[in-house]
Amino acid sequence: MIGFTTLFHKEVLRFWKVATQTITAPILTAMLYLLIFGHVLEAHVQVYPDVRYTAFLIPGLVMMSVLQNAFANSSSSLIQSKITGNLVFVLLPPLSHWELFGAYVLASVVRGLMVGAGVFLVTAWFAELSFAAPWWIAIFALLGAAILGTMGLIAGIWAEKFDQLAAFQNFLIMPATFLSGVFYSIHSLPPFWQTVSHFNPFFYMIDGFRYGFFGQSDVSPATSFTIVAAFFMVLASLAIRLLKTGYKLRH
Amino acid sequence: MAALQIVNVEKRYKSLQALGGVSLAVESGEFFGLLGPNGAGKTTLISIIAGLSRADAGSVAIHGHDVVRDYREARRRLGVVPQELVFDPFFTVRETLRMQSGYFGLKNNDKWIDEVMANLDLTNKADTNTRALSGGMKRRVLVAQALVHKPPVIVLDEPTAGVDVELRQTLWKFISRLNREGHTIVLTTHYLEEAQALCNRIAMLKSGKVVALDSTSALIKRISGSQLVVRLAKGSLPEGLKALVSHPDELVSGNKYTLRVTEYTDVEPILASLRQAGAVIEDMQLQQADLEDVFIQIMEGEK
Repeated sequence: MIGFTTLFHKEVLRFWKVATQTITAPILTAMLYLLIFGHVLEAHVQVYPDVRYTAFLIPGLVMMSVLQNAFANSSSSLIQSKITGNLVFVLLPPLSHWELFGAYVLASVVRGLMVGAGVFLVTAWFAELSFAAPWWIAIFALLGAAILGTMGLIAGIWAEKFDQLAAFQNFLIMPATFLSGVFYSIHSLPPFWQTVSHFNPFFYMIDGFRYGFFGQSDVSPATSFTIVAAFFMVLASLAIRLLKTGYKLRH
Repeated sequence: MAALQIVNVEKRYKSLQALGGVSLAVESGEFFGLLGPNGAGKTTLISIIAGLSRADAGSVAIHGHDVVRDYREARRRLGVVPQELVFDPFFTVRETLRMQSGYFGLKNNDKWIDEVMANLDLTNKADTNTRALSGGMKRRVLVAQALVHKPPVIVLDEPTAGVDVELRQTLWKFISRLNREGHTIVLTTHYLEEAQALCNRIAMLKSGKVVALDSTSALIKRISGSQLVVRLAKGSLPEGLKALVSHPDELVSGNKYTLRVTEYTDVEPILASLRQAGAVIEDMQLQQADLEDVFIQIMEGEK
């Protein structure tokens, strides 16, 4: 257990020591999104009755920041350690694959939630928000961060170079988050794209998270939870298997 | 039970056979040298011992604990100083050592961390970020990291490559002390005089195979007697003496020859033979054979 807590602590310290880049910068970016999109679309788009567009946008931006930063944390930590060679410091000790998985993912969850909380604090002033079902907010934020932390872990294990990791981030994570309904409800899409959206697990994370605020969503939160939880289980089993076999880590 | 038991370890990287069935045992308390030219498989073998790499066949156990099946127990008993100069730029020396202790399940290890730092002359760098350290200092931190959990078996992969005399002396003083206190040491190095001075037993690897495994003194005795080193101002080595040359490349170039002599009485006939051939000696020394001569002879013999 000390091995796990030490690695977790180290992973948290790693991003905390460069908090300007890992916490403050993404909060500022999310605020800019809110100011610009909120300003441009406020008068033109209303997704749910009685909910202003800016209010609709805030939970989406919060969740998007949680997801992107959770992914960035584990993936950048691993690729940096691999490239600089200091990954041996965690490969030589008797850390089990469970401890490695737990520490990397939990630290990603912490960073994701810290950025998410920061984005919420700076954007909540711009609209009146309700908290219809706070438990769903917490559950989806946690699960979403854990999923992206796990995806970052898998990407970090798989990638051998920074550009491979960037490709993973730019061609998979970014499109999946942007097309998940952060800025719109999928009901505003043509039927074909609505169907496509239902195959995007990120859609359920954001939709479920948003339900926690407004008590309204495109699909029921229970359905979203089942899908998101199942997705996490699949990814977690894959990541643990990769760590156990030493794929690309122990040659 | 052996401190380190290596049985028929094989490792292949695509078409390259890095290790072709290596077997050896290192007993508790030994100071063991693992020597061989670049590419002989030393680092591959150490990676397999450390669990950084998996053997294709064979097994490795540390104090009876298999490094794959029982990796947690095996790794608790092993400290490895890697060859590459790696560091984590986010942390200071003390943070690095505390974290490394934690990975091995140790809390409140500051007393030992302070002792290790003092022995490696790192104390005044304790709160310096590892990024700001010189190469030699980074090497000391790597050694300290390998020792935080007081491992009974310590593996050092070329720890003195490219480091100054002062660090070498500090390091060997500390490692020798740990060896006297019962720690088993496995060392790879290209400095053969270091291996000769420190190791009580040596394995020589070539192309992934053990080509010699014996006590250091027995290995040196393989080259019985001494060596007569002559530098000729004029003339060349007569045919009759060429069989005595211990470094064959000397026959191809230069005017310096190292000749094997079993006893001192062998020297006079050699000098007579040189005189007869019209050679003029510029310089001459009688030397004891050392590990380097044995190393060269064994490696040449295995061609």
